Amino acid sequence: MHPFDYAAPGGIDEALALLSRHGADAKVLAGGQSLVPLLNYRLAKPRMVIDINALDLGAVGLEGDTVRLGALVRHHILEESPEIAHACPLLGAAARLIGNVRVRSLGTVGGSLAHADPAAELPLVMVALDAHLTIRRGGGTRRIGASQFFTGYLSTSLEPNELLTEIEVPHTVGKGTALEELARRAGDFAVIAVAVVVGVDRRGRVDEARLAYAGVGPQPLRAHRAEDVLVGHEPTAEWVARAAGVARGTMPTHSDAFASSAYRSLLVEVLGRRALGQAVGRALATS
Amino acid sequence: MIVNFILNGRPRQIEAPANETLLQTLRDTLGNFDAKEGCNEGVCGACTVLLDGRPVASCLVLTPTVRAHTVVTLRGVQSGDDLHPLQQAFLDHGAVQCGFCTPGILLTALAFLERHPRPDREDVRVALAGNLCRCTGYTKILDAVQAYVSRPGRS
Repeated sequence: MHPFDYAAPGGIDEALALLSRHGADAKVLAGGQSLVPLLNYRLAKPRMVIDINALDLGAVGLEGDTVRLGALVRHHILEESPEIAHACPLLGAAARLIGNVRVRSLGTVGGSLAHADPAAELPLVMVALDAHLTIRRGGGTRRIGASQFFTGYLSTSLEPNELLTEIEVPHTVGKGTALEELARRAGDFAVIAVAVVVGVDRRGRVDEARLAYAGVGPQPLRAHRAEDVLVGHEPTAEWVARAAGVARGTMPTHSDAFASSAYRSLLVEVLGRRALGQAVGRALATS
Repeated sequence: MIVNFILNGRPRQIEAPANETLLQTLRDTLGNFDAKEGCNEGVCGACTVLLDGRPVASCLVLTPTVRAHTVVTLRGVQSGDDLHPLQQAFLDHGAVQCGFCTPGILLTALAFLERHPRPDREDVRVALAGNLCRCTGYTKILDAVQAYVSRPGRS
């Protein structure tokens, strides 16, 4: 590991001041489960590491129809909290697929989103859930939708002087949700992962459908055309299969050491159909 | 920098550079070789220690960040020279081959059993999925954990 200076600010203003001063020379340390491997490999060589673990960003709040997650909420909290399981089961389902138990002990929601691995589970479900992120800098705060936050491979709209502080997730009570992925080994990043939110109206027709994929490109993507296929229809197996087929036709896929483009494309359809089927079943059971 | 923390029940004060991992501090500064360096990227589980009671990869923890926290390595669960009953179960069931993964597996299993005292075999498999044994002695490891869970006299 290259040498660096280390600071552990005790308050958010101090942290933001450090970020303003050191900008791109600094890296923020939250759970460290992505940053420390990069440091161990000397892929990241920051001059300064700003440890934000003393900041008051670890709270989970349930207000009305929103789940508020401080950026330092750790994966094991998402995994184990019965309140989160009720309000937004996709968060727990995503957390359970992350890395291994050690990563989930320390890894944080904010860290996973800011790291923005293209096949990571939390960025994917935040896009599917239409979460909003609060970002602070010295003298200002902004809010951005998850779909706009991710800008490319390991890239987000965060500026070097900014800190992700909170994530607001609309709850999905009364809707059906599902998460499916194929990974080569337990705990690996997904080859393809899909997250689904489905709402059904009183006549049994789909009034809301959100379908998002990870592993299809540099950042998680919504399959808008596939969603449009479902909305307004009874979610029969036939419509679900049709929507999954449209997703296959519209999601970009690439080849790498783990899977060919053709195989990824097949997974988009198969996993999409499976996840949609589960989410529809759950939506019908709760509506 | 100076870091104060509790190691195996004992307050310790050490001096470590900011870019040192807890694994390096344990082995190189404190002479505690319970945790092993396997992959150094958090995948293998050989360097597992308990941080405030939860399993973490000590290769992915910067030493300054354990300030004021509690760290337990395998010897911290033994009482003196007596083996922990789970260690004894590993011996009895031949669940140790080269032994490199063993401390990490024991600590991961114990932390899991704290929260899930009555797991079935599949639960244990999932709980230990993040700990690699390159001797591939997984069956005997699961046998040992199961025997420990269902041993006579366990409350």
